[in-house]
Amino acid sequence: MTEPVAFPQDRTCPYHPPAAYDPLREERPLSRITLYDGRGVWVVTGHGAARELLADPRLSSDRTRPAFPAPTERFEAARRDRRVALLGLDDPEHHTQRRMLVPNFTLKRISELRPRIQETVDRLLDAMEEQGPPAELVSAFALPVPSMVICALLGVPYADHDFFEEQSRRLLRGPAPADTQDARDQLDAYFGSLIDRKEKDPGDGLLDDLIREQLCTGEVDRTELISLATILLVAGHETTANMISLGTFTLLGHPRRLAELRADPALMPAAVEELLRFLSIADGLLRVAVEDIEMAGTTIRAGEGVVFSTSVINRDTATFPEPDALDWHRPARHHVAFGFGIHQCLGQNLARAEMEIALLSLFARLPGLRLAVPADDIPFKPGDTLQGMLELPVTW
Amino acid sequence: MTLSIAIDKDVCIGAGQCALTAPGVFTQDDDGFSELLPGREDGGGDPMVREAARACPVQAITVSGTP
Repeated sequence: MTEPVAFPQDRTCPYHPPAAYDPLREERPLSRITLYDGRGVWVVTGHGAARELLADPRLSSDRTRPAFPAPTERFEAARRDRRVALLGLDDPEHHTQRRMLVPNFTLKRISELRPRIQETVDRLLDAMEEQGPPAELVSAFALPVPSMVICALLGVPYADHDFFEEQSRRLLRGPAPADTQDARDQLDAYFGSLIDRKEKDPGDGLLDDLIREQLCTGEVDRTELISLATILLVAGHETTANMISLGTFTLLGHPRRLAELRADPALMPAAVEELLRFLSIADGLLRVAVEDIEMAGTTIRAGEGVVFSTSVINRDTATFPEPDALDWHRPARHHVAFGFGIHQCLGQNLARAEMEIALLSLFARLPGLRLAVPADDIPFKPGDTLQGMLELPVTW
Repeated sequence: MTLSIAIDKDVCIGAGQCALTAPGVFTQDDDGFSELLPGREDGGGDPMVREAARACPVQAITVSGTP
């Protein structure tokens, strides 16, 4: 086995895994990595092994377990003293929470939301056209689209978006552990008081439904509901915002592909699926083994950390031939960009709808859309958080 | 081709992957859980049935029978 690779590392191109991960791509389906604190853990790099292991109940998502792996100091500082709803729970607790939420994220419910998403997208594009060119696409479009949509879905006032977008940023990117802890406390306090207000004066969002059907009946307690609300809000806007900004940047970097997409908008669902695979913005899903697991001739021992590098898994040549090419004519369906197993993204069908509508409308409305500065000068996010553009200066 | 399709609703997490992959055979009930469309209990010859089962993140769908 070669020297363990340090993980996570910054990408050099915003849409490719770091070149430093190349040894991981050579060594499938399992390899070793070293985390920021020098701890050695397993990294899953093969697509078949990832599907098996992500569905394996012997791998726990409970971050409060002492041996749970931490990719950053701020994650380590925040993980021990509080349980995270949904994605930080194992079954059966996880299953109970998931069942509460699932009816709101079915394909049918999401297709009912499509006109509202389209309206939001159109309004933001109107504003961009009135004020530009140029524009900074993250703040003018990529972030407000999912932010407005998740606010409407949850019943969170969009007027508070400056506050929660800033706290989400600190929660996910710190930079210091104290920032992450403070952001978490501020979001807890925010949702605590929002739930108080909603108990007196209910609205018609998902959060209102959860207060009425789950909190008032004692199915969840207040702490759990606050944690759930935070997860839904943060996961509901940060992820898709990154996919829209990085997806736009990627398509602008592949002009022939973009021309094909413009000529045939029916390709968009397949393009979104391929972008999800290609970009793998949530790179590094974390688990800890609670029992020994045999995999590919090795044993993952109880207490060992396991990291799933989705960017490496989604470029497994055995499943995705020529994986470094952006090609939506391939079947990309089985990518693990949304994870796999019980924790596979709850909002994935909402995310797909948002991406399809946002990207289609953006390129249709602004046929001359292009980068306003050289691609190399555009800042993108560091490797230790969700991948995406920090800014995206565009003109048309 | 006649298939037998079984859905384990206790395992289903409502990800909707089956209905997304083979919308001619699978749907989601009001609670979000996978179910077969009426009249499609045998897969109706849809070539995507096995793909839909493979797309299920929790392997809640079992397909048996030979093409």
